[in-house]
Amino acid sequence: MVFPGSNCDLDAYHAVIEAGEEASYVWHMEKSLEGFDAVILPGGFSYGDYLRCGAIARFSPIMASVREMAESGRPVLGICNGFQILTEAGLLPGVLLRNRDLKFICKNVFLRVESTASPFTKALESRSVLKIPVAHGDGNYFVDGETLWSLEENGQVIFRYCSADGEVAPQFNPNGSVSNIAGVSNARGNVLGMMPHPERVCEEITGGTDGLLLFKSMISFLKGGMAGELVNS
Amino acid sequence: MSSSTLDYSLAGLSQSEFDLICEKLCREPNLLELAMFGVMWSEHCSYKNSRALLKTLPTGGNAILQGPGENAGIVDIGEGLAVVMKVESHNHPSAVEPYQGAATGVGGIIRDIFTMGARPIALLNSLRFGELDKSRTRYLFENVVKGIGDYGNCMGIPTVAGEIYFDDHYAGNPLVNAMCVGIMRHEEVKYARAKGVGNPVMLVGATTGRDGMGGAAFASVELTEQSLERKSAVQVGDPFMEKLLLEACIELFKTDAVIAIQDLGAAGLTSSCCEMASRGRSGIKIELSCVPRREEAMTPVEIMLSESQERMLVVVKRGREKEVGSIFEKWGLSGTVIGEVTDDGLFTVLERGKVVASLPARLLADDAPVYTRESTRPAYLESVGLFDLHEREDMNIKETLIALLARPTIAGKEWVYSQYDHMVRTSTVTVPGSDSAVLRIRGTDRAIALTIDGNGSYCYLDPFRGAAIAVAEAARNLVCSGARPLAITDGLNFGNPEKREIYWQFKETIAGLAAACNVLGTPVISGNVSFYNETETGAIFPTPIVGMVGVIEDISKVTESFFINEGDAILLLGENTHELGGSEYLRMLTGKTIGECPAIDLEREKKVQRLCLEAIERRLLNSAHDCSEGGLAVALSECCFGKGLGAKIELNDTLPIDALLFGEAQSRIVVSLDESKLGSLLGLAGEFGVPVQVLGRVDRSELKIDVCGREVLSVPVGELEARWKGAIECAMRS
Repeated sequence: MVFPGSNCDLDAYHAVIEAGEEASYVWHMEKSLEGFDAVILPGGFSYGDYLRCGAIARFSPIMASVREMAESGRPVLGICNGFQILTEAGLLPGVLLRNRDLKFICKNVFLRVESTASPFTKALESRSVLKIPVAHGDGNYFVDGETLWSLEENGQVIFRYCSADGEVAPQFNPNGSVSNIAGVSNARGNVLGMMPHPERVCEEITGGTDGLLLFKSMISFLKGGMAGELVNS
Repeated sequence: MSSSTLDYSLAGLSQSEFDLICEKLCREPNLLELAMFGVMWSEHCSYKNSRALLKTLPTGGNAILQGPGENAGIVDIGEGLAVVMKVESHNHPSAVEPYQGAATGVGGIIRDIFTMGARPIALLNSLRFGELDKSRTRYLFENVVKGIGDYGNCMGIPTVAGEIYFDDHYAGNPLVNAMCVGIMRHEEVKYARAKGVGNPVMLVGATTGRDGMGGAAFASVELTEQSLERKSAVQVGDPFMEKLLLEACIELFKTDAVIAIQDLGAAGLTSSCCEMASRGRSGIKIELSCVPRREEAMTPVEIMLSESQERMLVVVKRGREKEVGSIFEKWGLSGTVIGEVTDDGLFTVLERGKVVASLPARLLADDAPVYTRESTRPAYLESVGLFDLHEREDMNIKETLIALLARPTIAGKEWVYSQYDHMVRTSTVTVPGSDSAVLRIRGTDRAIALTIDGNGSYCYLDPFRGAAIAVAEAARNLVCSGARPLAITDGLNFGNPEKREIYWQFKETIAGLAAACNVLGTPVISGNVSFYNETETGAIFPTPIVGMVGVIEDISKVTESFFINEGDAILLLGENTHELGGSEYLRMLTGKTIGECPAIDLEREKKVQRLCLEAIERRLLNSAHDCSEGGLAVALSECCFGKGLGAKIELNDTLPIDALLFGEAQSRIVVSLDESKLGSLLGLAGEFGVPVQVLGRVDRSELKIDVCGREVLSVPVGELEARWKGAIECAMRS
């Protein structure tokens, strides 16, 4: 998916190629996602973050098809600005606020896999720790207490910020997100939004391959017959 | 006093310049024409005070595809690929409005790169501020960093390297030099040469407003108290608009509809039109009523001098306007035909069909007078060379080292670069913190290494040596990553060149740059001169900044500065000599920049670099780190940071201990390697005629240094690293 101002589209494209699948760019003015098995909304600054991150991109013509994809149970991944767009579009709960210390932050963080009930974590080990970078100014995830409780209850919290050893504590939270949440899914599990950038760690030469695991998981999910296999579906 | 006498001084021109214009035109210019001359013949646009000396720099070579004179320089990196690069200053705007000043500096340099037909792939920056103990400095620093970050981050171009010094000589006039690097295939190059009578001239991107009015002229005078009120001379940036412009231009270049393209930078429409016409040996005619405006009732002078950002001038093939327009439309931009190419050599401006200005394009763009100024060796040099330190022998080495590591100039810069997206485009192989940034080139086994360097303190003490050291250190940084240095872009920041002592600094600097570039084989392919960096309290240190690119043919050979294996031997390539002058250590002790600038033997430098590069080429080294600010002890500490290792060092030099540990002797590289490769390295060093010495061994978690059998330092690396890493954040919280 390419919106005006997307800038991690190239990286997401190469991540899928690296994972052994085909990918192509879809311009936001397109109306159909026919022929695609999954969709990635990449990071960047769609519409320059004007108004609110992701608030304008959600009105792009292609978003109707993204919604259909989500409803059909196929994998939809929103990374960084893509996550923001998915929350603005109401496909994921919660909002992303300014970072706690009001600064853009780009660095490697550790994530603990909290749930394997998503196409992107299905092939991962529960409670395993991934090293994946963040790069954002507005990644402070927030939901009200009641929603948070239901997210926890339904296993929709997919990733939490943690230490290298998997300890979840406030000092490992880079942006102030509620409950250290780094990634959440919809109730069905097929739509995932996450602030960290798995597409940036798909090759040893650029800092690791932990991110590749997510894309490979998505591919094996698709090859194995999709939504029926999701625990929560 | 006649009315025109008053006019030319308001336009920033001198009597003799005004007379020259009248003589060439065979008439007096009208007010609009005078304003156009004012900006085009300003120092910022015409380089009238620097041109004569800049010509003495080496600018050519086998790998150089485009030297100075276009929007940016181009150098071949093999396999049909080329790197496009340039550095540019935005000092005055940043002094007045740090966020927008720095942001638009980044925006401007990015446009210079993609107008050449290249895809921008990396940003670098070089910054100078006063000491962080003043709230004004913290305000400037915080907002400059934010401005740079917000613009680059939004563009999706990684900011991969930079350098920052803090010294009160920059307190009122900070320096913000931004560099951009792009990549393209040789055949994709685009030039800014208007050709083909009747071809339409299109203005694309943002609309034209009153922001940045007279920015070029503003940059060509000293800063005063009143400058703070000149915020209208600072442009406002819109990185989203520029991102659209970038993608639209890259899509446009895939058609063959473009004849020429140039961005609208300093002096806006005036400079872009007359420069394109002059380079193309043609003329351009534009109609002002066609220029899309964002403000009402703009006068011709305002339209012609506006420096509104994110605008481009494109000459397209006649008949292709619609195709070009539809590409811009796809990206939500407007492309408007505002004029056409002519063959009369004139830049003609019409307002509703009536000629309001008509000037020879070449006269305006290229024929400003060139001045060679009088120069005098500055008086301060008589006294700065001398210093006397007492009680040096019984100093506490550990406390001194920790204090030095916590100096903001030396301290870790994570507080800064964590605000920059340095990974986007997933090609950054070596992230900020090592000697140079390394980027892989997709689809090849190659990589490029990038660095930016300069040391104003050295140049203050001896501009010739200081400038030569800037080139040498930049090349050394690249070599430490395993890259062969190819070319430089230079950002030259000075005070008022009309003052003899400043002009002397400039002249010596150019000579030093030329000498080092010649010996090290790195020509200057682009650059920028920024004069008038002065406030009521005086001029900045003469500060040449060197941005350099190198190529690594086999990416598997990329080397970093950190020790990686316990037990590896640590060696010094080069020699420890007594060089305390201009050091950060002396500045810490005395609060002054004093002493003699470190000596630099360029032939020795070249040998040390060739040895290091050859050793990496033969896969002998596990790490390589340039020894620079803070000296050997700081370099060794930095080698230990990152991987949590330590080092056990035994030195037998007979230098005074502070000169040995903290002196900044040049041409030194700290390397580590497997014991089994020691013989090969020593043999190679013999062949190259480079003195080397075994310093010790990579150890577990402690840095220990013995000098002539006496332990002078034993400290957990974690303790050093904590202070080094946290110093800037700590200073910013105070």
